[in-house]
Amino acid sequence: MEDILHFFDVFISSYHVFLDGLWITLKLSVVSLLIAIVIGLFVALLKISNIKILEWIADAYIWIVRGTPLIVQIFILYYGLTDILLIPMFWAGAAGLAFHSGAYIAEIIRGAIQSIDKGQREAGLSLGMNKGLTMKRIILPQAFRRAVPSLGNQFIIGIKDSSLVSFIGMQDLFGVASTMGSNSFDYLPYYVTVAVYYLLIVLLLTFIVNKIEKRLAVSD
Amino acid sequence: MSEEQEMIRVEHLNKSFGELHVLKDIDLTVKESDVVVLIGASGSGKSTLLRCLNFLEMKNSGSIIIGGEQIEKKSHDLNKIRQKVGMVFQHFNLFPHKTVIENVIEAPTQVKGVKKSEAIKEGKALLDKVGLGDKYDVYPSKLSGGQKQRVAIARALAMKPDVMLFDEPTSALDPELVNEVLTTMKELAEEGMTMVVVTHEMGFAREVADWVVYMHEGRIVEYGHPDEIFNEPKEQRTKDFLSSVL
Repeated sequence: MEDILHFFDVFISSYHVFLDGLWITLKLSVVSLLIAIVIGLFVALLKISNIKILEWIADAYIWIVRGTPLIVQIFILYYGLTDILLIPMFWAGAAGLAFHSGAYIAEIIRGAIQSIDKGQREAGLSLGMNKGLTMKRIILPQAFRRAVPSLGNQFIIGIKDSSLVSFIGMQDLFGVASTMGSNSFDYLPYYVTVAVYYLLIVLLLTFIVNKIEKRLAVSD
Repeated sequence: MSEEQEMIRVEHLNKSFGELHVLKDIDLTVKESDVVVLIGASGSGKSTLLRCLNFLEMKNSGSIIIGGEQIEKKSHDLNKIRQKVGMVFQHFNLFPHKTVIENVIEAPTQVKGVKKSEAIKEGKALLDKVGLGDKYDVYPSKLSGGQKQRVAIARALAMKPDVMLFDEPTSALDPELVNEVLTTMKELAEEGMTMVVVTHEMGFAREVADWVVYMHEGRIVEYGHPDEIFNEPKEQRTKDFLSSVL
């Protein structure tokens, strides 16, 4: 009982510090996921381009991302980029996360594109639309709809993965929890607190994704 | 008939899928306002021939002449050619994420740059013509198969094509929905639209076609007026085929 009360005490008294961390986590997640969607779409199009060299580039990228731990990618980008380009820590973290999520999003989008009936492409072409226009106006809108559940899932993973940037010194949600824990030698309440924050973010995101799915279902 | 302008001429057309030689030395001429119906068993190559005419399939050899011009992938913008050659598919291929009117105006607005208000006006007139003027605002998923196919016809007509290709337009329909589509096609034929139709509907071929082409194993076996083909076919294979489907 005392432990539970203590947890609530920590939860409530620490909120202003955690809100700073929450802001960083959200900013980082949104920025990195937006970049990741752009990377993902681009790489997906490379993979279905039917041009060998472009497919190889896409495959190599996906292989590197899937074949190495995210923490390693973040460290390499952080030490690499901050040394050479002198970019701020935030952007090193965002780049690392985007580089990582981009590969998974590429595979999601590629799968969704390839799941669209080939008759859709033929219908577009038969109307005189060129390949690019058919992709943009006919295939991609349908593919994105179909990819929404998987993308939502990937976004959830992305938000949780963003906690790794605390290891390059960012004070995101998890960074705040670690700092507060080690400063007070009272780790558990802070880690439980940060878990609650993540749960709430994911709950909210799940709710939003479900709403979007419902709205897109009007044409079915 | 012979005075009329040539719309499509195919000469020595060959097409293979890997080892499979599906079109063998095809010659075919379609004149303006002709309705040419291709019949034959499944796998005889009739759909492939149709798809070669708007370059959804690429020929291996021979020539395809459209509007007097020999079309080659290297020297022609196929997108431009396809604007003039409308196509209606067996499975409709309506765009499910767009409403009926959005389906119809998509290509005119995006490809030809027609103003949206203008395209909607023309699109609604076309939907009226196929008997679906009241459905312009619904999504395709709400339509029956016959209605979907009529929308697909309106969508193709919206580009004001010179020729319309129909690839088994009623094969995916429930029997009671076949007639509404055939009626629409018949009206189109009566207006003088040049049409090439792949179908198993022999009644339609007999009634509407100017020319019937019987294909077997990638070759044109017999070509003639519907009376000749249906009443006094010359080739034994044509007789066999007709007795199996009639």
